[in-house]
Amino acid sequence: MKRFIGFIKKEFYHIFRDKRSLFILFGMPIVQVMLFGFAITNEINNVDIAILDHSKDANTKQIIDKISASKYFSIKDFLDNERDIETAFKKGEIKAVLNFEKDFSKKLMTENQATVQILTDATDPNTANTISNYTSSILSSYQELLNKDISIPYQIGVQTRMFYNPELKSVFMFVPGVMTIILMLVSAMMTSISITREKELGTMEILLVSPLKPFQVIVGKVVPYILLSVINAIVIILLSIFVFSMPVEGNLFLLGAETILFIMNALSLGILISTVSASQQTAMMVSLMGLMLPVILLSGFIFPISSMPFPLQVISNIIPARWFIIILKGIMLKGVGLVYLWKETLILVGMTLFFIALSVKKYKIRLE
Amino acid sequence: MKNGNIIHVKNLTKTFGDFTAVDNISFQVGKGEVFGFLGANGAGKTTAMKMLIGISKPSSGEAQVAGFDVKSQAEKVKRSIGYMSQRFSLYNDLTIRENITFFGGIYGLKKSDIKTKSQNLIDELDLHDEADKLVGSLPLGWKQKVAFSVSLLHDPQIIFLDEPTGGVDPITRRKFWEMIYREAHKGKTIFVTTHYMDEAEYCDRVSIMVAGKIEALDTPKNLKEKYKVESMNQVFLKLARNIE
Amino acid sequence: MILELKMNTIRYIIQKEFKQIFRNKAMLPIIFVLPLIQLAILANAATFEVKNIKFGYIDNDKTSLSRELIEKFNASTYFNVLTDFPSHIIADADMLEGQVDVVLEIPLHFERNLLKEKKTDLSVRINAIDGAAAGVENVYVNRIVQQFNQKVRTELLLVGENINKLQNIATIPSFWYNETLNYKTFMVPGILVLLVTMITLFLSGMNIVREKEIGTLEQINVTPIKKYQFIIGKLFPFLILGLVLLTVGLIIAKLLFDIPIVGSILLMYGYSIIYILVILGMGLFISNFTDTQQQAMFIAWFFMVIFILMSGLFTPIESMPNWAQVLTEFNPIKYYVQVMRMVMLKGAGFSDIYQQLLKTLAYALIMNALAVYSYKKVT
Repeated sequence: MKRFIGFIKKEFYHIFRDKRSLFILFGMPIVQVMLFGFAITNEINNVDIAILDHSKDANTKQIIDKISASKYFSIKDFLDNERDIETAFKKGEIKAVLNFEKDFSKKLMTENQATVQILTDATDPNTANTISNYTSSILSSYQELLNKDISIPYQIGVQTRMFYNPELKSVFMFVPGVMTIILMLVSAMMTSISITREKELGTMEILLVSPLKPFQVIVGKVVPYILLSVINAIVIILLSIFVFSMPVEGNLFLLGAETILFIMNALSLGILISTVSASQQTAMMVSLMGLMLPVILLSGFIFPISSMPFPLQVISNIIPARWFIIILKGIMLKGVGLVYLWKETLILVGMTLFFIALSVKKYKIRLE
Repeated sequence: MKNGNIIHVKNLTKTFGDFTAVDNISFQVGKGEVFGFLGANGAGKTTAMKMLIGISKPSSGEAQVAGFDVKSQAEKVKRSIGYMSQRFSLYNDLTIRENITFFGGIYGLKKSDIKTKSQNLIDELDLHDEADKLVGSLPLGWKQKVAFSVSLLHDPQIIFLDEPTGGVDPITRRKFWEMIYREAHKGKTIFVTTHYMDEAEYCDRVSIMVAGKIEALDTPKNLKEKYKVESMNQVFLKLARNIE
Repeated sequence: MILELKMNTIRYIIQKEFKQIFRNKAMLPIIFVLPLIQLAILANAATFEVKNIKFGYIDNDKTSLSRELIEKFNASTYFNVLTDFPSHIIADADMLEGQVDVVLEIPLHFERNLLKEKKTDLSVRINAIDGAAAGVENVYVNRIVQQFNQKVRTELLLVGENINKLQNIATIPSFWYNETLNYKTFMVPGILVLLVTMITLFLSGMNIVREKEIGTLEQINVTPIKKYQFIIGKLFPFLILGLVLLTVGLIIAKLLFDIPIVGSILLMYGYSIIYILVILGMGLFISNFTDTQQQAMFIAWFFMVIFILMSGLFTPIESMPNWAQVLTEFNPIKYYVQVMRMVMLKGAGFSDIYQQLLKTLAYALIMNALAVYSYKKVT
């Protein structure tokens, strides 16, 4: 035991002596959380659009004023003819063009109907669709204004209540995701690299012939990183509470315990990666190439899992980050406890044990 | 001194912050000499050598190697020297032949030259069966032999060897020194660092570095007489103790 | 003659790098197979489309009209009608558990009120943790209710009532370049860009520092090789590798996803070469600047995550705060994603991507100058 503690101490010295790496390990997650917390949002705001107004009359002017007053759009340009649309789209300067037909007001008065064409650059389908929806709703509220003197019978109104995030802040959606991704990648990468590094430098063999058990060697290497990751997690949680005003509706203690569970999960994944890779290079490429995109795309961090094709929904089950994001949102935003989150927690525990068992097995095979 | 001096070192110093790794050393090495550069680990041998081969800038002082200044003409120095480090820096994931071709190539040898030279080398070291095996799979002693030969590819005047025989058995070490002598007989100057004191006996002259300074410089015979001892090992121990 | 000699030196480095890449059996699948599998699979995941919405309802009215309304939701492709909740207490509990995302509550006397008072209200609860999805869900709910409303109204109204006097502004949406709003058209080129970038950045980032760690760099430093020769020799193999990956990726995009390639392939490759040089220069700079592969990879990872998430690929740049938008000016992935989409999908020509091209070129020059500068043969 004494030897074991001595070994852990050595690992700590190892990490803390390297000021540059330390700075990287603590500094980078903070910078990333700050950056992404503020910058990543899937709201659509300030979209650059252009107007092609064939009428230039009272009604179109009013509509254009309404559009330019909205926070969703900023009018970049007024086009003169249809030919300019293609050029503007190709340059990527604008995302949409509102095309008002000729004699807009006149048609509205005489035929009770006038038309606006909403042309969108749909290479980005999400933005295109959203622009189209937003414009429609601005136009229909203008229409209501026009018709305000006429009462419409048989109206069904809809009262909507938004739960857990009434202001529809996308920060609530992204901060848990950012936290998860950073913890996952940093923890898995750190352990897999530090263990393969010993292998590559040949020092692993020295450790293995020492009286320390292989199990102790691995645990000894991982303990300092658990501490590092926990510190990182605490900093990230503090940032999300105090900088991004994320609520913690649920139990702070449970939040801490679940976070440690997730860190253990990521670290054991890192150990598993290190058992299958012979060099640092392989370990890094597996943990970076293998984890980065799947974790970003299949965890529900940005893209809703329920919208994915069924096979991908199935695959997303094996991404630990998916379950941790559900847990984080549950505790922080919904304020639920283990009663609701036992399933996700069990899955993470199961995965962690699985990774450890598999690493032990691989490890034994190699030693024999 | 045979044919004059080929390395001139004057007041050479290297500091890292507050720490002086090499402290104001001066010496000369003659052409064709086997010059032993001795010292304990951390005495500053490797740092001094790195300045001479042009990959570390001296903090002060000057040095000329093969007639070129190591500060201002480092790249010219590099054309005239061969270097083999304690880490026998060959690529483990290339074969012997590929390593030879690569280093020949970056020294700017002609393609035909590389071909004949590598064949000669393989003949000389009797590595026909191993020539197309990965270096990583060879025993340490062979790697060192190959690394030494690779450092000779471009026919340098001086060969710098940084602890070339670390980690191998006495027989392999002896064989390695035979190779060194063969090159010395061809007129090449050998500059070798080591901490095996028995190897010091093989050198024409040795310098002993302690804590960044050269404490002694002479032939092994003279040094043993001066300190009235039997072996270079005892010379070294005496010197080290005096300093402490 | 001298020039030839210089070229020769570079050639030997290139040869050596290629041999090392292809000899590493553990790395080959990670470099060539893993990214392409990810492209084929993950491109399907990246969709903001909101569908299969978990929908439940509380029908307090239980009339033919309320059932008709629920039927409308049932018929919609967006909603999976899951549960008929007896009360909103149970509905709320289910929402807390994540079983349901949208709950429609039809009040008692819904039908009677509509017919008698000519006005009635529905209430809808939406799980809004994903704010954007919640907004879309709200739009869908309103759309279905409005259509239902209109249908009911036309059925109930007598001919000639004032409804015809309403002034109506019709909107005709028209989606260019991607009429069906296919997300894959949008995401496949982008994800391909990410994969090419990741592979080239990570490999080049590890490359020199790895030689430093093994000790072979010192051996190279004692040779008279020129700094630029060394860097060019290191750049070239990875450039080829990146282009091969790009090519296979484009073939997958075309065959598997049927992504249109409208623009000039030559222009695309021309830009890609400059872009990959930016990334490689950056990788080699990181590699020169660090002492261990571990450090190099952390730094490369740090920038990679920032570049990916702030590239406009997954979330729009225009919605970022101004300072963040300024930062994205330094994000090479942003330009590459833009250019690939513009050229591939819209058929943009040289004059359209001129600006991005210039910026990328300047970036490439700066990064590679830094790479050469930071490679220190003498310490």
